[in-house]
Amino acid sequence: MTIIFDEMYSDAATVRPHYREFAAWLSRQPPQAVEQKRAEAELIFRRVGITFAVYGDNAGKERLIPFDIIPRIIDADEWAGLQKGLVQRVTALNLFLHDIYHEQRILKEGIIPPEQILQNAQYRAAMQGIEVASDIYAHIAGVDIVRAGEGEFYVLEDNLRVPSGVSYMLENRKMMMRLFPDLFERNRIAPVEHYPDLLLDNLRSVAPQGISDPTVVVMTPGMYNSAYFEHAFLAQQMGVALVQGEDMFVADNRVFMRTTNGPERVDVIYRRIDDDYLDPLAFRADSTLGVPGLLEVYRAGRVSLANAIGAGVADDKSIYPFVPDMINFYLSERPILNNVPTYQCRKKEDLAFTLAHLSELVVKEVHGAGGYGMLVGPASSKAEIEAFRQRIVARPEGYIAQPTLALSTCPTFVDSGLAPRHLDLRPFVLSGKTVTMVPGGLTRVALQEGSLVVNSSQGGGTKDTWILEK
Amino acid sequence: MLSRTADHLFWMARYTERAENTARMLDVRVQNALLPQSALAAEQGWRALLGISELEPAFNAKYPALTQNNVIDFMARNPDNPSSIANCLTAARENARAVRGTLTTEVWETENATWIELQQHLKGKLPENSPGKFFEWVKHRSHLSRGVTLGTMLQDDAFSFIRLGTFLERADNTARILDVKFLAAQGSDADEPGGQPEFYYWAALLRSVSAFEIYRKVYRDVITPVRVAELLILHPKLPRSLMACMDGVVATLEDIRNDISADTERFAGKLRAELQFARIEDILEEGLHSYLTRFLECINELGGRISSDFLVPMAGGQEQSQSQTAPDGRS
Repeated sequence: MTIIFDEMYSDAATVRPHYREFAAWLSRQPPQAVEQKRAEAELIFRRVGITFAVYGDNAGKERLIPFDIIPRIIDADEWAGLQKGLVQRVTALNLFLHDIYHEQRILKEGIIPPEQILQNAQYRAAMQGIEVASDIYAHIAGVDIVRAGEGEFYVLEDNLRVPSGVSYMLENRKMMMRLFPDLFERNRIAPVEHYPDLLLDNLRSVAPQGISDPTVVVMTPGMYNSAYFEHAFLAQQMGVALVQGEDMFVADNRVFMRTTNGPERVDVIYRRIDDDYLDPLAFRADSTLGVPGLLEVYRAGRVSLANAIGAGVADDKSIYPFVPDMINFYLSERPILNNVPTYQCRKKEDLAFTLAHLSELVVKEVHGAGGYGMLVGPASSKAEIEAFRQRIVARPEGYIAQPTLALSTCPTFVDSGLAPRHLDLRPFVLSGKTVTMVPGGLTRVALQEGSLVVNSSQGGGTKDTWILEK
Repeated sequence: MLSRTADHLFWMARYTERAENTARMLDVRVQNALLPQSALAAEQGWRALLGISELEPAFNAKYPALTQNNVIDFMARNPDNPSSIANCLTAARENARAVRGTLTTEVWETENATWIELQQHLKGKLPENSPGKFFEWVKHRSHLSRGVTLGTMLQDDAFSFIRLGTFLERADNTARILDVKFLAAQGSDADEPGGQPEFYYWAALLRSVSAFEIYRKVYRDVITPVRVAELLILHPKLPRSLMACMDGVVATLEDIRNDISADTERFAGKLRAELQFARIEDILEEGLHSYLTRFLECINELGGRISSDFLVPMAGGQEQSQSQTAPDGRS
């Protein structure tokens, strides 16, 4: 039986040092008061309209992501280590993307099999040889990290396409400060509220050459997208326009938006829409969400996109196993953050191992995201495992498998009271002229007992994340 | 600002205003129904109300009888009636949600809270159980929405498009209320002038636009239809008069002026000038109904012009717009 690491308690009776102040405070709160605050939080979230849409569920078009008032606390030293690891990892990923879309040294030197890249659904041949500002492809990365023990962190996924959740990080903090201002007097909690400023700065820094006062916009697929709240939120916080594809058009090899004062030039597009939908002339012709001709302007370097087209090839689950090699190859450094050992079912021996150990492994679809299309072996029934086995056998190259990690837990309010629940952490790493981030990130928590799936689309909740300054 | 954003703001304000005016009309009608009157007169009152929004055929297709409960159901909550209060408030909120980043947090939260409370009121059958309370609530939320806008928004283009929507919708609604009341008054067997029923009739009209006390203040006299018409059409200081609304429209159009909006400004300016220099006697000579019909047509056209100048400038005309932006011969 593996021992599960709890963020708050080192054993049943002992609170870890960085949680002591909080635990003492919590023990002084009358139970009704805590319950009342929880109800208050839900009411505020609903009034503020911090909601998300769950796909395939018409009845509840807008839902709240459950918010838990017990914070996830990380002490400053531990965070410093994480931060170093994140900078290293994201730097390497950007170098990798630049290499892939230029010389492809990493392929030539045999570190990664070329077919893994060139036949990857996320590889965009249209980007080959194209220069992007500051050689940055993944301007915003949401790296999912879990803890399996003391000082033992693993990266689960590098989300380099359109990672979301940062608005919840910010709103959770605002909520905690509103509900428990006294907690912030007692603890030295590193602030995160400047994230939109960092983001805007970062986006402006990657404007096309020769543009001194760039116009930045946030591009959304529209208000029925599950992350629409976040798109609107970030646009508002940065003070930039929130546009949809229909609001923009291409003329004179530039992108313009339609305003009440006529066309206005757009220089940097923070797009929250997948590559495939960006330009119906270049990618999916049936996309009504994109801007016809956008790719040509982008290729000419006359508009910047964040993240770059084709960045997804670096966060694909089939490429994930190579990230430590990338760090080695581009930076000549040892990886600071661990990768989870990964079995690639496209390999014969890995497939055999996977099929023999399905009940112990987590199996993921290579191109999947959001916790859809995955199997958590230990939590699945025999029938579920057998059904999944058929899918893997039919298309082995579409799957990877990983050992089920003993994800750390944190006390969380559930119906029966306080109980440990598994969680992860998604810091948001910004790359432009430099690599920056705010301390912490979004902590997601699986609300079902024993569940390891924290995705909000699968019923996960969130917590405020505190980095305690010294 | 983004044209689509302006469009959402404009319609957010229009739907909020429309919900308020619908609540006002219903409220007054419900109060009037408390007065002693024949069943026929009561029915006529409800019919007139449906006539304001040109909704009688739609109503008749759904309900067997013209009763207070049916009309309230239709106008307050019916999901198939695009002008029902529930649909207007939902549309206002959906428009706000589409541009929530452009609104101050307070404005958005007000629109959202209105919508959330609406669900509770509909569920709790407030429109059926205490219609007066429900209409009061709708008016109050509209006041709040307007007040929060005035009190928190930067007075930039976003603000202007919200105001423009409010003024235009209000001009339309006031004209309709007036038109239908006068038509109904002509249609019924006139009571003796100055008699009680007539007093209540016009007093109700004034109350529906919050102008009863104002009438007394302005005229210090008994209530006569001519003066009611004069007040609601021509008085520049009455916030819901056609004149005041057009003042607002013209001033706002000036604030948002762009390269192609000169004709629209001229159109609005003429409409305002006509009101400014009109005498009520001349209007009545032309016939109030024909005057107001003409006014409503103008408001409708003005809405169309605003839309094509600012809100959907390139709808169906992408080629035309591109030839404007790319004068270098890109065809």
